[in-house]
Amino acid sequence: MSHFIDRQSLWRLPLFALLMVIGLAVSSNVLAQADPEGEAATAVPALDADTWRQVRSGETGPNFRDSRADSDYNLINASGETWRQLRNRWVSPFGLIAVGGMIVVIALFYVIIGRKDLSAPRTGRKLLRWPLVVRSLHWTVATLFIVLALTGLNLLYGKFVFRSLFGDAFWASMISASKVAHNYLGPLFGILLIVLLARVLKHNWPKKHDIVWFMKGGGLVGKEHVDAGFANGGEKAWFWVLATVGIVVIASGLVMDFPNYGQGRDTMQWANILHAVGALGLTALALGHIYIGTIGSEGSLEGMTTGYVDETWAKDHHNLWYEEVKEEAVGEEQLAREREGDSGDAAPTRPS
Amino acid sequence: MAQMKFMCDAERCIECNGCVTACKNANDVEWGIQRRRVVTLDDGAPGEVSISVACMHCDDAPCMAVCPTDCFYKTDDGIVLHDKDLCIGCGYCLYACPFGAPQFPKQNAFGERGKMDKCTFCAGGPAETKEEEYQKYGANRIAEGKLPLCAEMCSTKALLAGDAQEVADIFRQRVVRRGHRDGGWSDNQRRERTRAGQSDDLSAADSLAYDAARQG
Repeated sequence: MSHFIDRQSLWRLPLFALLMVIGLAVSSNVLAQADPEGEAATAVPALDADTWRQVRSGETGPNFRDSRADSDYNLINASGETWRQLRNRWVSPFGLIAVGGMIVVIALFYVIIGRKDLSAPRTGRKLLRWPLVVRSLHWTVATLFIVLALTGLNLLYGKFVFRSLFGDAFWASMISASKVAHNYLGPLFGILLIVLLARVLKHNWPKKHDIVWFMKGGGLVGKEHVDAGFANGGEKAWFWVLATVGIVVIASGLVMDFPNYGQGRDTMQWANILHAVGALGLTALALGHIYIGTIGSEGSLEGMTTGYVDETWAKDHHNLWYEEVKEEAVGEEQLAREREGDSGDAAPTRPS
Repeated sequence: MAQMKFMCDAERCIECNGCVTACKNANDVEWGIQRRRVVTLDDGAPGEVSISVACMHCDDAPCMAVCPTDCFYKTDDGIVLHDKDLCIGCGYCLYACPFGAPQFPKQNAFGERGKMDKCTFCAGGPAETKEEEYQKYGANRIAEGKLPLCAEMCSTKALLAGDAQEVADIFRQRVVRRGHRDGGWSDNQRRERTRAGQSDDLSAADSLAYDAARQG
């Protein structure tokens, strides 16, 4: 210290003292200003209600900055909670009610009313109903639908059942496989469903007699004959449900499946809700379709497996179509001969 | 049992992004992912405010509620963690999160997003070994008795992390000392009084609070 205050710098001391006095005077003035009440009276709150209202509304103004790359997120994503509530409180429980309810209704229907049998013995003469290309498409789409339905149900409900049942290791591979299968097979299903719909569109234009068919409940109950062409009212309804709801499910699925196009979080939330509601509805209806096509009515399944249906079945279910094509019926023996000669689908009659 | 929380004092945050950098460094976060972000409202305008945001470790976490694999869990300290072995990268946590916390390393066709990554409150995650834990989730500072590095490194101490009660106490003191009529986050108190038809004059309450702070 001592070498700083040497003889030559002693003249600076009075100047230093003067500066000290001035400094003290200024700082006491500052102290007097630091009055909390005074500060409180003049302070402008940086965060006012308007700021929070803006944040909550989800809007991002031109003066909004997020330090994360490519982020256009607001501070708070209010739509996330809406999506969560819709999915967990509405879609999830009511989807279960729809699908589970359908299983119960079908089971009760089968037990109480039972199979719709043919009204007369088979004639043994067959009519071509579904050519090979439609059958192949149908079964491919059907298989994909079942895989997508099961994996989709697993994504929505699986965690409540299988995690505790099988343990984490198995559950991890199970749910991972579900997601991969769902995401990769989904677009394939979408393309094939559209091709199938386009292929059978000509049978499904609504006609006047379809209204009567619906008013009489499709003749599923009782022995009454109801007029129907190649496709009856119920089949046409299923077609148009697939052509509308099905397309929505496919489109919304693609929105979620290809995040590489940069669609926003809110878009994907709505896509998810539409996808789940549509797909759960289709799953419930598909159970009805499967029931009617298999154990629900005698002689229906063979139309989609062999391509041919019996004359009696055609008369029972599609009388108007039968009147059109009854001349083209072929005997069982002739059919068997043709099959031996040509292992493919010879289709001697007119293609449908 | 502690209840861990983050709290960002928006009036102290100077948008330096030190928390973002500290987090990336402490947790060796994957390229392209930023577990913490700083949001600035009204940037450049007189009322500009910045807030640092990451996973807020919600009590009722939306990510946890919507996860199809149930990969989220809450620790005894109230920290929301997830198991990357169970994560399938579906993105639902991202749809649901109010704070944009979950992020994915990829965003490819057929929903190929990779494993979700988010702030762990520097508490690591489920793994067999320490090395695996660090590689998957980053540092486990909580196990070492330390708080998250983002808050520890915050130059203005805007970002607070720790037990909710502790954080609330610190913030309450700040509000009182700062001398705003209504303090940090909003003017709820005054609005409530106005609604109830009472005078919106809180000076009596304020001066009581000043006295308490001065005596403390």
